[in-house]
Amino acid sequence: MPEKFDAIVVGAGVAGLAATYKMVTEGLSVAVIERGDYPGAKNVMGGVLYRHSMDNLMPEFWKEAPLQRPVVDQRYWLMDDRSAVNMSYKSQEWTQEPYNCYTVFRGQFDKWFADKCIEAGALIINETLVESCLLEEGKVIGVRTGRPEGDIYANVVILADGVNSLLSKELGFHKEWQPRQVALAVMEELKLPSEVIEERFNLEPGMGATIEIYGDSTLGSMVGNGFIYTNKEHISIGVGALLSQLRDMGIKPYELLEYLKNHPMVRTLIKDAEPVEYYAHLIPEGGYYSIPKIVGDGVLVAGDAAQLVNGVHREGSNLATTSGRLAGEAVVYAHKAGDFFAETLSLYEENLQNSYVIKDLKKYKDAAHVLETNPQFLKQYIPGTNMALHEMFTVDGKSKKEKQKLALQKILSGDSLYSLGKDIYKAWKAMK
Amino acid sequence: MKKTKKLDTNVNIDDKLYLNRLKPDDRSHLSIKDADVCANNCLRKDCTLFCPAGVYKWSDNRIAINYEGCLECGACRIACPHENIEWQYPRGGFGIQFRLA
Repeated sequence: MPEKFDAIVVGAGVAGLAATYKMVTEGLSVAVIERGDYPGAKNVMGGVLYRHSMDNLMPEFWKEAPLQRPVVDQRYWLMDDRSAVNMSYKSQEWTQEPYNCYTVFRGQFDKWFADKCIEAGALIINETLVESCLLEEGKVIGVRTGRPEGDIYANVVILADGVNSLLSKELGFHKEWQPRQVALAVMEELKLPSEVIEERFNLEPGMGATIEIYGDSTLGSMVGNGFIYTNKEHISIGVGALLSQLRDMGIKPYELLEYLKNHPMVRTLIKDAEPVEYYAHLIPEGGYYSIPKIVGDGVLVAGDAAQLVNGVHREGSNLATTSGRLAGEAVVYAHKAGDFFAETLSLYEENLQNSYVIKDLKKYKDAAHVLETNPQFLKQYIPGTNMALHEMFTVDGKSKKEKQKLALQKILSGDSLYSLGKDIYKAWKAMK
Repeated sequence: MKKTKKLDTNVNIDDKLYLNRLKPDDRSHLSIKDADVCANNCLRKDCTLFCPAGVYKWSDNRIAINYEGCLECGACRIACPHENIEWQYPRGGFGIQFRLA
């Protein structure tokens, strides 16, 4: 192993690997340090990988990457305890190349992505924990690993060490996350023959669907949602909610997952499926206000470690890929300039600000807070909408005019039309 | 507004953890900073509830840590109301190794 690299990347997830790929294809020497057995072994994702940001880095990657199913049908459920209002968009356009997004297994995808980096010249060091950054007069000059004689040096270090970025915390880039800045998600992988999946989800062979479930999946009380994604021969099913709310309500996450699996709207989709793996993961959902310091002397932070997740649109891997690529580009620029201090590296921050990554997070900066502080959105309007539709569709001799009145009453559940109007305005303001 | 419901499911977390490939180290990466805080200041023992792997159990007047089943999510470090959990990553190559996800 050479004594010094142009760059060290901590963490072989999509942020770290995107940065690596960018740098090695520009001729830099890069070492990636991964604590798992292999890239992907420690990584958990709900399961949707968007093509666009990956395509920007590696054109037509989808022709050879290990993908599960292109997503052609995206569904939303507003779920009550015995019913659900469904909304979905299914497009023929998404059934052909270049697809919009895919379900993937990160254990396969990240391994493949890492191999592409190796082919392009990167060194991937698995089974190795980075214990701390090495500093010299305040500048990061390398990392200390858990291996014997494990100090490795570089001009610059990219921290892509995920939501639990102890390294950037140690550098003072952010304080410990608060329980309301992260969502805790649990998920199971259920095995089921592909034809059965296609039949149950109404899919052409090879095509995929996603379902985001709001309301009763988090007991109508917590900010979060349930989700179901189709893989080739597996279904991912999970549920996530703000860690603060899970804790305060004293809920065991795996019991919440079991509740979702047994829900009458869900259980027919996963009937006879065999559980094969169980996951838990924190999702950095603090949004715009929680983005930590991401540039220092000799160091950059990307992906989940930088809290780059758009919870409203369930996007994360694409923000990670884009931030990793931009971090890599800034290092290439710094390499040419021969200067690795924050001022030069801040090109990364500038480019990130001008990209959809920060723009989107800024747009939704108050969305999670509005949901958290206005529990009626989940607790009242979702059951209300279910009951209203139940009323409208039940034929029992009441006139339609009477039905309409009852439906509105159920949505309002005692509140005035004015307060509904106010809530709609609040929601619009948080999302505009 | 509806009242918050109680979950009446009863799941054995060990059955779920049994599905996973775990490579436990012989030393724990999790520890309690001050056992007195758990015993005296923490009424509900939150970590025994929210931990998605059921790592923390209250027995014999102390928190027992089954670190071998840890999924390394980090929730306990962040959500312990008394910041009383010392959380490290397991050493390189040890701990949970997911196959799919």
